[in-house]
Amino acid sequence: MDWQPLILTFELAVVTTAILLLIAIPLAFWLSGTRSRIKPVIETLVSMPLVLPPTVLGFYFLLAFSPNNAFGSWLNEWLGIKLVFSFGGLVIASVMYSLPFMVHPIQSGLSTIPESLKEAAYIMGKSKTATLIKVLLPNIKPALLTGIVLAFAHTVGEFGVVLMIGGNIPGKTKVASIAIYDQVEALNYAAANFYSLILFIITFVILLSVYLINGGYIKRMPR
Amino acid sequence: MISIQIAKQLNGVEGEMNLQLNLTIQQGQLVTLYGDSGAGKTSTLRMLAGLLNPDSGKITVADKTWFDSDSGINLKPQLRNIGFVFQDYALFPHLSVVENLTFAINDKQNASLVNQLIDMMELGSFENIKPDKLSGGQKQRVALARALAQQPEILLLDEPLSALDLKTRFKLQDYLLKAHKEFGLTTLLISHDIGEISKLSDTVFVLKKGQVKKAGKPEEVFTDQKISGKFKFKGEVLKIEQEEVVYIVSVLIQNEIVKVIARRDEINAIAVGDQVIVASKAFNPVIYKINH
Repeated sequence: MDWQPLILTFELAVVTTAILLLIAIPLAFWLSGTRSRIKPVIETLVSMPLVLPPTVLGFYFLLAFSPNNAFGSWLNEWLGIKLVFSFGGLVIASVMYSLPFMVHPIQSGLSTIPESLKEAAYIMGKSKTATLIKVLLPNIKPALLTGIVLAFAHTVGEFGVVLMIGGNIPGKTKVASIAIYDQVEALNYAAANFYSLILFIITFVILLSVYLINGGYIKRMPR
Repeated sequence: MISIQIAKQLNGVEGEMNLQLNLTIQQGQLVTLYGDSGAGKTSTLRMLAGLLNPDSGKITVADKTWFDSDSGINLKPQLRNIGFVFQDYALFPHLSVVENLTFAINDKQNASLVNQLIDMMELGSFENIKPDKLSGGQKQRVALARALAQQPEILLLDEPLSALDLKTRFKLQDYLLKAHKEFGLTTLLISHDIGEISKLSDTVFVLKKGQVKKAGKPEEVFTDQKISGKFKFKGEVLKIEQEEVVYIVSVLIQNEIVKVIARRDEINAIAVGDQVIVASKAFNPVIYKINH
């Protein structure tokens, strides 16, 4: 049995989740505190992947990254990066696609913290960054965990975007969800079942552990 | 010396309000802001702390300008050397009592200050506990100690004692006075309790709809006539009844209801719900020991 698509899937999910964490924390911090007029626009853009068909996102990425177009050829000529049908392209598309799953839990976590906590830290001379890292983030651990797990699981489960931008190149862009589709088309149900069952079990275990931890069924380590 | 000359348009519960203040506070004083809710007390503290920007005006502290709308100076809260005790205490839930205090100390300052504060505020028995396990009075002491750990020039307290029971309150008033004196602070306090204000403060500013209506020593501000009473109590009028030619006024003083005889001309100025002072100087009070 070929394990390659599964390994690739989890590689993609890990890299995507790590990048998302770095992007989503400052973005959610800004969104939770700002009164800027462009806030609704940014919030809309962040939430778009929730409702937009993944193929739409994939289609525009395909156009943007294509070496035949201005942006794609600039990337190719100046930086030597080819994003269409490559792992790098998959990562960027996955980051965009899973952005709301990371931003929303962190943003709502931050908005439940009383304003006075932030203000108390400022008055103690702490910068915004120090306040975020030392005061706010430690108090929204469940929200961070939710964001990490949802983004990870959502990336594992993506199909349309990957198909559009990544194609079906074994070892490079052929992730498990694509492999399942591939095997079904070839009437190879045993292999399709193998990939499907593993994805089913892993996502079940991941989500169950979030609900167990955040619901307090598993005691956190006492101090 | 702190000089505050500021104007700010506020949107309160009762619609728009123009907060216009011109206050001068001497160094080392303990000053109280008194007034109805929505009079602009909290906004005043927040503007002094840099958490709220005035529309126009100037704030100077000991010859340093903290805010000046004309020259565009607006010092960040991080750079104003103040301690702030929030109404909800704002203790960091993920840190223990000691860690809360240590967090407030800048690296350069001496670490022994934390121990000094723990002794002074008597926090030793729960120093390693997280704030959510503490009682209101304990939280309040931690919040006060944490504000002092910054070694501020000015200490601001937003109704710090209002949520506490009477006994805890009296004890904390003592802690506060002790800290104010020991650290040579200039302290600004918001309080609704006239007894507390009389006990603690040198000066009281009475705010009404964004303006200072009265200022001065608490005794002068809260009583129109000067009473040099041998003993006096503050209370609230519960009931006024007529008995023949006199009136009997029931006054709630702390937990006791006291009946006082009053003349018609005295009654005219008093209504049910008013805060009054019951004082006496003609009699020698009799003292009994209370056996529990």
